[in-house]
Amino acid sequence: MTYLAKPKLHHPDLPKNALGFTRRDYEGPVSTLCAGCGHDSISAAIIQAFWQLAIPPHRVAKLSGIGCSSKTPTYFLGQSHGFNSVHGRMPSVLTGANAANRDLIYLGVSGDGDSASIGLGQFAHSMRRGVNMVYIVENNGVYGLTKGQFSATADKGSKAKTGFVNEDEPIDLVLLALQLGATFVARSFSGDKEQLVPLIEAAVRHKGAAFIDVVSPCVTFNNHSGSTKSYDYVRAHNDAVNRLDVILKREPIAADYPPGSVQEVMLHDGGLIRLRKLHPEYDPTDRLGAINYLHQRHAAGEVVTGLLYAHPDAADLHDMQNTVTTPLNALSDAELVPGAAALAAFNAALR
Amino acid sequence: MKPTDIARPDYFHKVVDCQWACPAHTPVPEYIRLIAAGRYDDAYLVNWKSNVFPGILGRTCDRPCEPACRRGRVEEGSVEHRKSHLKPEPVAICRLKRVTADYKDDIRPRLPKPAATKNGKRIALVGGGPASLTVARDLAPLGYHCVVFEADAKPGGMMRSQIPKFRLPDTVIDEECGYVLDLGVEFRGGTRIDSMKALLGEGYDAVFVGSGAPRGRELDVPGRKEAAAHIHLGIDWLASVSFGHVKSIGRRVVVLGGGNTAMDCCRSARRLGGEEVNVVVRSGFEEMKASPWEKEDAQHEGIPIHNYLVPKEVLHDSGRLTGIVFEKVSARYDEKGRRSLIPTGEPDVSFECDDILVAVGQENAFPWIERDLGIEFDRWGMPVVDAATMASTRPGVFFGGDAAFGPKNIIWAVAHGHDAAISIDRLCRGEDVAQRPPPTFMLISQKMGIHEWNYDNAITTEQRHKVPLKDTVIALKDIRTEVELGFDPALALAEAQRCLNCDVQTVFAERLCIECDACVDICPMDCITFTHDGDEDDLRQRLRAPAPHRTQDLYVSAALKTARIMVKDEDVCLHCGLCAERCPTGAWDMKKSFLEMSHAGDTPRIHLPVHRARAAVAEAAAE
Ligand SMILES: Cc1cc2nc3c(=O)[nH]c(=O)nc-3n(C[C@H](O)[C@H](O)[C@H](O)COP(=O)(O)OP(=O)(O)OC[C@H]3O[C@@H](n4cnc5c(N)ncnc54)[C@H](O)[C@@H]3O)c2cc1C
Ligand SMILES: Cc1ncc(C[n+]2csc(CCOP(=O)(O)OP(=O)(O)O)c2C)c(N)n1
Ligand code: SF4
Ligand code: SF4
Ligand code: SF4
Ligand SMILES: [Mg+2]
Repeated sequence: MTYLAKPKLHHPDLPKNALGFTRRDYEGPVSTLCAGCGHDSISAAIIQAFWQLAIPPHRVAKLSGIGCSSKTPTYFLGQSHGFNSVHGRMPSVLTGANAANRDLIYLGVSGDGDSASIGLGQFAHSMRRGVNMVYIVENNGVYGLTKGQFSATADKGSKAKTGFVNEDEPIDLVLLALQLGATFVARSFSGDKEQLVPLIEAAVRHKGAAFIDVVSPCVTFNNHSGSTKSYDYVRAHNDAVNRLDVILKREPIAADYPPGSVQEVMLHDGGLIRLRKLHPEYDPTDRLGAINYLHQRHAAGEVVTGLLYAHPDAADLHDMQNTVTTPLNALSDAELVPGAAALAAFNAALR
Repeated sequence: MKPTDIARPDYFHKVVDCQWACPAHTPVPEYIRLIAAGRYDDAYLVNWKSNVFPGILGRTCDRPCEPACRRGRVEEGSVEHRKSHLKPEPVAICRLKRVTADYKDDIRPRLPKPAATKNGKRIALVGGGPASLTVARDLAPLGYHCVVFEADAKPGGMMRSQIPKFRLPDTVIDEECGYVLDLGVEFRGGTRIDSMKALLGEGYDAVFVGSGAPRGRELDVPGRKEAAAHIHLGIDWLASVSFGHVKSIGRRVVVLGGGNTAMDCCRSARRLGGEEVNVVVRSGFEEMKASPWEKEDAQHEGIPIHNYLVPKEVLHDSGRLTGIVFEKVSARYDEKGRRSLIPTGEPDVSFECDDILVAVGQENAFPWIERDLGIEFDRWGMPVVDAATMASTRPGVFFGGDAAFGPKNIIWAVAHGHDAAISIDRLCRGEDVAQRPPPTFMLISQKMGIHEWNYDNAITTEQRHKVPLKDTVIALKDIRTEVELGFDPALALAEAQRCLNCDVQTVFAERLCIECDACVDICPMDCITFTHDGDEDDLRQRLRAPAPHRTQDLYVSAALKTARIMVKDEDVCLHCGLCAERCPTGAWDMKKSFLEMSHAGDTPRIHLPVHRARAAVAEAAAE
């Protein structure tokens, strides 16, 4: 951390978005994480994405659990709603908030410990319910906040800073999310904002459960040579299947792409994800293919990144539960308390 | 791009915009930090070493450092400024220099002593202005016998004869010229040199010509001769005012000209009985030669400035001046951008007046230098002088100050003086004059702890502080009353805090960088980018923020592990050190680059970073 607040001065040519805000307006107070922590880069990517999308900060709710990763919502979107919940319980708090006010944009930020260890059950249910949210796991393979014990995503055979070797099988949250019905699934790397920022933008615009696993090195406890979540390891083993270029309205494809190398995925709001394919066979609309591919590459020791699966017109929790379209907090007393006669009629209908 | 060679002293020197812009390369941020620490003596001496006249310059310097100051750029477009509708402003570098002079103790014990033994060399200096006095200051302590010949009774040159006392009191001139003469310099006041040939005949080892640009340019319009009794050449009139020969002027005064001399004339006239003083200028307000603050000061004293008026005729009543007529013009620019003033055809404008002060330019004149001595002059009557060595075409004769390249200012005269002194010293030692000594250059880490630095890296958003002025009514009553009161210590401290410490450099060690982006994310000014290599034009487009200012360098690393390079645009860096605080491996460090020009007799010290060696050790430790 630094003791100084980030100076208010900014670059004279700092651009403004459609709302008239600069990127700096989407920041929070200075981070207290360790210098060089991957989580801080993810915060910067979130700031960049929300600024680029020109989202009014007060329309965003950021929720998290416990961990270094879960501390980060303090350090971005300083003008947004925030809720720092209990360890592993972010998904249910977020689900509740979403049920009550479907009009906000929900951003869940969690860690691999928070989501894959103590919070695995919560994680699973929020995915299968299709809660309309962006769920980001800042995955460093350790419990950073409690000084670097292995988490459930640590690869078998990887070595702790102390020399201790992990003998347990890892949980791959991306595979779980795919199996549990998440409708937007991606993996990225904190050290690659060119890939990460458009993924976050696409996830925000996706309707339904959007999950991004971001490998995020813990510089203090898990950035050594025995780690599979270090800057060096991820850079050496990164198998990026695609890169997102634009997420705009349909435009002619720029001529300089070789044929077949561009794939378009529609978004439910009419927007478009344009993918530059790096792996010619990979098809991000094929859930089973994605699962197979991930298994294969994991066995080869590689970290697959990119947009792995997207289902453009997915249903979300509200569709499935057939809830009212008005957020609960906007319903009037008359609508919420229809009176004894209405209750009697309802009860009669069930008899 | 080729990786930046930071071992070249020029690279980091250029980042310190103020010091780079200063003709004498005064270590500005160094003295500003000393002011903030209340160490006025030390701050004064840092100045004295490089610019010889801190108290004088702190009141009068043309301050080329201020337009260059980074602070003026980083405030551009900031939230604070948008809110307050204030324009970005540089640090008040010049007025902080005065602070060092105002609040120092007696520093005389810390000045060099007259040489205990003389080296037997005799140097003649023609003129007692800042150029000659600088040469004498540099050479006398080395044992040279310096003789200053000055037509006026006292030393100081135009600092004493031209600059009005309400801007620069005599006490300050006496003090700082005194420090020079106290080094054992022989001053021959009231002695005009009439013949260079005769002077050369006296067997001096070297002669320095610091005789200034003493002649005012004339006004050539009908009526000028007839009304001559009340038409004065600005610099002659100012000298008469300074020396007390002129004590009053008519009620209505017209000042012709738009330079600093015109500003001094009009403000002096206001104090000597001029109630209706008008400044009339050929050009537009923006193009006027006077510094913005001089124009502001004149207007503050109720003096209107009229632009685009060309003198046409002086009106007189059988020899008694009654007024002056001007033709209205407008500026037109041809395709090459050259300006011409075209009459608009509107009716002429005339001013009734009792006196006219002509301040339309200044010229050199060397009637006392014979043309057969091997000292070459060009067709404009200017001596042929080497800009690096200040040597004329005759070995052993040097020029400096206004005498060398025409009228400039005090700080240029000082810079010339230092260069000439080096040349004279080398000449007298039988060394090659063309070879110049490198500056002293040191690069020292400021790291004290993980987040602690040897400098105050917090960035204030305070706006520039104004120097308190004497009440105008009182100031206008007496021409010897100094107008500016100077900063008090509290204001000085607040203003000093605005300095960004541009000499505390961001130094990058590529071998330690793990490309975690922490510095990129924290940098408030978007200075740092990691990207693939390219040529400079291409890179300048691809950075996190565009880098359009080509005079501001890009700091470029060698290839990193991912084959990308680190590019830092030096332009608007706050030198806040956050990049270095954020860096997990110490790949960024904040190092103070201390650069001091070498003066005659100095042994330059070079302390280069053992950066590579230290980086390797740190890397080994990190493994
Ligand atoms: C009205 C006015 C206001 C100015 N205000 C400022 C200002 O605010 N800030 C600034 O930086 N600059 C200012 N200047 C410019 C500045 O004064 C000069 O650039 C500077 O003094 C030049 O220094 P110098 O040593 O070359 O010569 P000068 O200061 O001109 O000194 C030359 C000296 O040589 C003497 N001399 C000349 N010929 C002989 C001879 N043959 N024998 C013996 N002695 C001789 C002269 O009497 C004179 O004293 C101003 C100039 C004028 C005219
Ligand atoms: C109920 C509960 N159990 C245990 C803890 C202790 N604890 C705090 S953070 C943490 C692990 C966090 O790991 P992760 O989510 O990966 O976050 P990181 O710090 O690595 O970003 C644990 C076990 C707790 N705070 N609450
Ligand atoms: S302990 Fe690890 S995860 Fe936590 S802030 Fe430090 S580097 Fe980041
Ligand atoms: S901020 Fe300070 S160091 Fe930087 S240019 Fe201005 S005065 Fe010089
Ligand atoms: S010192 Fe570092 S963090 Fe601060 S503005 Fe300069 S480059 Fe950016
Ligand atoms: Mg973790």
